[in-house]
Amino acid sequence: MRKITIPGEVLASGEDYLPGDGTEKRGNDIVAVRYGLLEETNKLFKVIPLSGVYSPRRGNVVIGKVENITFNGWVLDIGTPQTAFIPISETPRYVDKNGLDEVLDIGDMAIAKIMDISKRGIDLTIKIRGLGRIDAGIIMRVNSNKVPRVIGKEGSMISMIKDETKCDITVGQNGFIWIQGDNVEDELFAKKAIMFIVENSFVEGLTEEVKKWFDGEKK
Amino acid sequence: MTFKRPDGRKNDEMREIKAKVGVIKNADGSAMFSFGDTVAIAAVYGPKKMHPQHLVNLEKGTLRYNYNMLSFSVSERIRPGPSRRSQEISKISQWALEPVVMVDKFQGEVIDVHVNIIQANASTRCAGINAAALALAHAGVPMKDIVSSVSIGKLDKQLVVDLSKAEEDWEEGEGATDIPITMTSDGKITHMQLDGQIKGKQLKETIKMARKACKEIYEIQKKALKNSLEEEK
Repeated sequence: MRKITIPGEVLASGEDYLPGDGTEKRGNDIVAVRYGLLEETNKLFKVIPLSGVYSPRRGNVVIGKVENITFNGWVLDIGTPQTAFIPISETPRYVDKNGLDEVLDIGDMAIAKIMDISKRGIDLTIKIRGLGRIDAGIIMRVNSNKVPRVIGKEGSMISMIKDETKCDITVGQNGFIWIQGDNVEDELFAKKAIMFIVENSFVEGLTEEVKKWFDGEKK
Repeated sequence: MTFKRPDGRKNDEMREIKAKVGVIKNADGSAMFSFGDTVAIAAVYGPKKMHPQHLVNLEKGTLRYNYNMLSFSVSERIRPGPSRRSQEISKISQWALEPVVMVDKFQGEVIDVHVNIIQANASTRCAGINAAALALAHAGVPMKDIVSSVSIGKLDKQLVVDLSKAEEDWEEGEGATDIPITMTSDGKITHMQLDGQIKGKQLKETIKMARKACKEIYEIQKKALKNSLEEEK
């Protein structure tokens, strides 16, 4: 198992090492500045976070709730300290300035993609196919650091859940997950499966475990 | 002079220390820390949007610390809610942690640290700071180091480590002096208070004692974080 780093821990000392995310160079030492799992590739040290709030990256697909409507767009809550904004120009078709609430109203959930991150906030887009308002299904929230576990290697985990539960699932990088199935029972079953993954995210060979769990649940 | 501590400890012996992270599920980071009967739990939320808006600091992030003693934490019920004492300790503890938290990494945002004392037998602020340092690390907040805190006491003329309530009320000789000290893992002081009187020479000795005790506490804090995943299984 990989090593856990703690803030202030000296990971290595010497000139030929490089500090990556979650580390810094202090004199001749590479020091961890946050709690997480240590990853070393070609003398580059990186800390993979285990906890903490979602840190947005450009290109991430996220799910958020419409918080407010301004004269030129929508303000979304995507679980970040910075405010996220969809400008009116980033919608798939022409929107009348008086009819913003017909596209997205306050309280609606929407899938969006992060276009740009600046000092002022996050800019989102819903121009691409598959993004936009969510009309049906259920939404659940998991810790954003568990999202890679839920998706699995090359989407292996999520496609297994989709097959087993016959639900359509969209995982936002910010930890919001949208599940849509034919009936509520299927949706709740998918939710239960995801909860199982989140609770057992540190188990080795998780995909196999989840397969076993599905077999057990079906009986 | 023959001298004995009320609970029979050696002068440089702390009470039994327990530390654990991840005690509060809904928080972004949490920890429990105890010195014997003194138990503190800390919860960290954020970095998140600062509210109210006028408190936003665009140059650096804000660390907000809230120390609270629960009404049942002492033998005689105390009035719940903020008091003069708790506000002062909140401020002091915040200053003790600020040097290690990298506030320039979350400009305009705030991290809330809530520390609750669920059982008190002196040294509550030290237990609170230790728990808060653990909870901040557990929340993935970027930090230069972890701080450890301990109270050194002077009973009459004798220095002892980790005061209990019985010792805090010591009345023989010169009486009791309480000196809570907080340090980083490499022994730099981030906080020191003095309640009573002490000579300069003896204060140097006090710091030496605190260094040794903080080292022990640091090892326990380190272990709590390193073992956090095994306990989750």
